[in-house]
Amino acid sequence: MSDMSTQLETASKGRSGNPILRFLGSYVFSTDHKIIGLQFLFSSLIWFAIGGMLALAIRWQLAFPWSDMPIFGPTLFASEGGQIPGVFYNMLFTMHATIMIFFVIIPILSGAFGNYLIPLMIGAEDMAFPRLNMFSYWFMWPAFACMIGSFFMPGFGPTAGWTSYPTLSLITGDAQNLWILGLIFVGISSMIGSINYMTTILQMRAPGMRMFRMPMTVWALFITAILQAFALPVLTAALFMQLSDRILATGFFAPEAILVNDTTSISGGGEPLLWQHLFWFYSHPAVYIMILPAMGMVSDMLSCFARKPLFGYRPMVYSLTAIAGLGFVVWGHHMFVSGMNRILAISFMVSTMLIALPSGIKVFNWLGTLWGGRLYLTTPMLFSIGFVSMFIIGGLSGIVMAAPPVDIQIHDTYFIVAHFHYVLFGASVLGVMGAIYFWYPKMFGRMMNETMGKIHFVLTFIFLNGTFFPMHFLGARGFPRRYADPYRFEEFQDLLPLNQFITLCAFLMGAAQLIFLVNFFGSLFWGRKAGRNPWNANSLEWSAPSPPPHGNFDFQPYVYRGPYEYSHPGREDDHWPQVESAEAPDSQEIPSPTA
Amino acid sequence: MNRFWSILFFLVPLLGTGTFLMAAWGMAPFQGAWLPENYSVAGKTIDHLFYLLCWISALIFIGTGIVIGWVLWRYDHRRQQRAHYFSHNFKLEMVWTIIPAIILVFIAFYQMNAWAETKMIRPTIMQNGQAVTKPPMVLVMAKRFGWEFHYAGPDGLIETADDDYIENELVLPIDTDIVLQLETRDVIHSFFVPQLRVKQDIVPGMKQFMWFRATSTAEMEIACTELCGWGHYTMQGRLRLVTPTDYQAWLAERRQRQTPPMNPEQEETGTDQAKPE
Repeated sequence: MSDMSTQLETASKGRSGNPILRFLGSYVFSTDHKIIGLQFLFSSLIWFAIGGMLALAIRWQLAFPWSDMPIFGPTLFASEGGQIPGVFYNMLFTMHATIMIFFVIIPILSGAFGNYLIPLMIGAEDMAFPRLNMFSYWFMWPAFACMIGSFFMPGFGPTAGWTSYPTLSLITGDAQNLWILGLIFVGISSMIGSINYMTTILQMRAPGMRMFRMPMTVWALFITAILQAFALPVLTAALFMQLSDRILATGFFAPEAILVNDTTSISGGGEPLLWQHLFWFYSHPAVYIMILPAMGMVSDMLSCFARKPLFGYRPMVYSLTAIAGLGFVVWGHHMFVSGMNRILAISFMVSTMLIALPSGIKVFNWLGTLWGGRLYLTTPMLFSIGFVSMFIIGGLSGIVMAAPPVDIQIHDTYFIVAHFHYVLFGASVLGVMGAIYFWYPKMFGRMMNETMGKIHFVLTFIFLNGTFFPMHFLGARGFPRRYADPYRFEEFQDLLPLNQFITLCAFLMGAAQLIFLVNFFGSLFWGRKAGRNPWNANSLEWSAPSPPPHGNFDFQPYVYRGPYEYSHPGREDDHWPQVESAEAPDSQEIPSPTA
Repeated sequence: MNRFWSILFFLVPLLGTGTFLMAAWGMAPFQGAWLPENYSVAGKTIDHLFYLLCWISALIFIGTGIVIGWVLWRYDHRRQQRAHYFSHNFKLEMVWTIIPAIILVFIAFYQMNAWAETKMIRPTIMQNGQAVTKPPMVLVMAKRFGWEFHYAGPDGLIETADDDYIENELVLPIDTDIVLQLETRDVIHSFFVPQLRVKQDIVPGMKQFMWFRATSTAEMEIACTELCGWGHYTMQGRLRLVTPTDYQAWLAERRQRQTPPMNPEQEETGTDQAKPE
C-alpha cells in the first residue's frame, strides 16, 4: 500500500491496458486530487528556480552595475561585452515578480497544498469535481506557454512591471500581450480551483467533520478560495480592458490618444488611475491569498510539534475571516501618492490599521500555542517558528508604511521591497518549505532527511535576513525600486557596498536551496520509510496510508473530535487522532452518524 | 541543540533593533543608510512619525522575540515531560486584542494632521482681504526621461505664452511656501526629493499639486519613482534651494536672458511617446 506503484494500479483500474495510456491517465491527465496537487507542486518548484535566477540577476546588476553579468551576459549580450541594457533590467524585475506571485506562491499554496490536503483533511475520497480539477491544472499550461514565449519577444519580455500601470503598459512591446493572456489563463485556473475547493469543503466532509472541527489549513484554504472567487473577476476584467486598449485601440486607461508604431491609435477619454484601482482591488486580496494558506498550515504544524492544542482555535478562524473581509477595503494604501483623492487616503489608512489587529491576534495565538508546550524542533517546526518570526517583521513594517505621511517618503523605495519580501519570502515561502517537509512523508511515503533540513533552514533563515533586512535602511534613505542604475544619482553612490552585501547574502541564500533540492529528490529514493503517521499528528490525512491510494482512505473515516487534542489530560498518549473512536471528552462531542 | 535554536531566534529582534539603531546613529557599516538630512518643515513631522512607529515596532518586535526565544529555551521536549493542556484564555485574549487596538487607533488619529498638512490643506495667500489658495510657482512637466520646469514669465502666471522653461534644473527659494503644479507629457512619473520628504505621482490627464517649505539652502537631486520605461533610472533632475534674495536675482537674470521665449510644445512632436520599447 505504501508504494507509488500501488497508487498507479489503483488509479488506473478500468482504464486501457496500454502502459503508455495508463501512465498518461494516472500521472499526466489524472483526475486524482493528489496527482494534480503534485503536478502543481513540481511545476511551481521549477518556476521557483526560474524566478530565483531572475532575482539573482537583479541583485547582480545592483551590486556590480553594467558589469559582465554571468549566464545572461555572454549568451544574450556578448556583442555589448556582457553588459545588459536598461530595458533588460525592467524585464528582470517584471518577470521575477510575475513568476513568483502567479506561478509560484499562489499555485503552490492553493494549487499544490489545496489540492493535496483538502480532501484528505476533511475525509473525502476526492474533490467534488475531479475533472474540473484536472482542467484547473491544465489551464496553467497555456499560461506557462505565454510566459516562456514572452521571453523571446522583441524587447526581451514584458517590461512594464508586475503592476503594469498604464499608460506605460500600453506603449511597451508586444510581450505585454502575452503577459496579459498568461495572467488571464492563471486566473481561469485559480477560479476553477476555488469553486472546487469551496464545494468540496462545504459538501464532502466526512461524517462528524463539522466546520469547527476542520484543521486551520482547511479553514485557510476555504477562505482563500472565497477571496479568489470574489477578487479574480475584477482582475480578469481589468486585464481584458488593458488588452483591448492595446490591440483594439479602446481607451479605458488612456486620457488622450496615443500612437503606437504609427499604426494603431489608442483613443483617449480613459483614466490611468482606473487600472490602479481595479488592479489593487484584486492584488491586495491576492496578498492574503498568498499568506492565509501558509498561516493555516503553520498553525497545524505549531500545534503538532508543541504537542498542545492550538491556542484560540475559534478566534483564529474569526481573525482569518476578518483579514479576508477587511482585505477587500484596504487596496487604496498602495495608492496614497498616486494622485487618488487625498481624503480617501485617510479611510484606507484606517482600514489598514484595522487589518493589523486580526494579524496581531494570530501572532499572539501562535505564541500562546508554543507557551507551555513540549516542543519538538523538527525541520517543519523550525520553518514554522521562522514563519512567525519573519511575519512579525513584515507585519510591523506594514504598519509603518500604512501611515500615509511616512509612506510619502518610503513609497516605491526599497523599504517596500523589504516589507513584502518579509511577508512573501520570510513568511509564505518559509511556511511552504515547512509544509513540504511536514507533508512529504504523506505525499511520497518517505521521510526527508532531518539534518539536511535543519542546515537548509538555518542557512535560508540567516541569509534571508541578510538579504532583506538592510533593504529597510536603503528605503528610509529613499533608494528607489526598479532602478537599473541608482548610482547615477550622487546621493545613492555611497550605498553601493551595502548593496553588494545584500547581493552576497542573496546568492548564498540561493545556494542554500540546492540542499533542499538534493534532500527533496534524494529522499524520494533513500528517505526512511514513513508509516501512516510519522509525526503522531491528529488530523485525518495521517490515518490514511502513505501515500494514500486512489480514493484516499482504506476505511470510512468518522470524525469524533477537533484536530488539536494533543496531550489531553485524560490520556496517556499525547495525541488523539480525529478518527479514533474512544470516549469523547464530553457527550456533546459524539457525532450522529449522519452529521 | 535547542539552546542553539533559541539563541538563533532571539538574535532576530536583537540584531534587528541593533542594526536599526546603528543605522539611525550612522554607525559603520550603515553610515548614511538612513533617512537623509531633512530640509523641509513637513519633513520634521514625517520623521517624527517614522521614529515613533519604529519605536512602537521595536517594542513589539523585542517583546515577541523574547517570548519566542524563551519558549524554545524553556519548553523543549527533553526538559518538559508533558505539554500543558489549554486551548484558550479569555482574559489574556481580551488584553491582547484591546491593547493593540488602542495603539492602532492612536496611530491612526495621531498622523491625520500630518497628512492633511502635507497633502490636503494647500497654503493660502491674502488677496483682496480674502484667503485664497496660493497659485503654483512652477509647472513641473515630466516626460520620458527628464523634467521641464516652467517658470512664470513677466505676466507672473504659469501656463502662458511667456513662460520661461529650464530642463532638469529647478531653483526654489527657502522659507517660502512653494506650490508646484505637476503634469506629464506621456506616462506616469513620480516627483521625489528624499531630503524634502516629498513625493507625488504625476498621472496623464491630471494636474497634481504639491507644496512644501524648505528650511535651508542646499543642492539635491530629483528622482522619478514611478516606472516610466527603459530610461526610468536616468530621469534625474537637480534642485537648488537658495535664499529668497538670491532667488529674485536669479529670476531677474533669467528674464534678461530670455530671448526669444522658448516654446517647448513645438519641440515635442508627440512621436517620442509612441516609440515602443
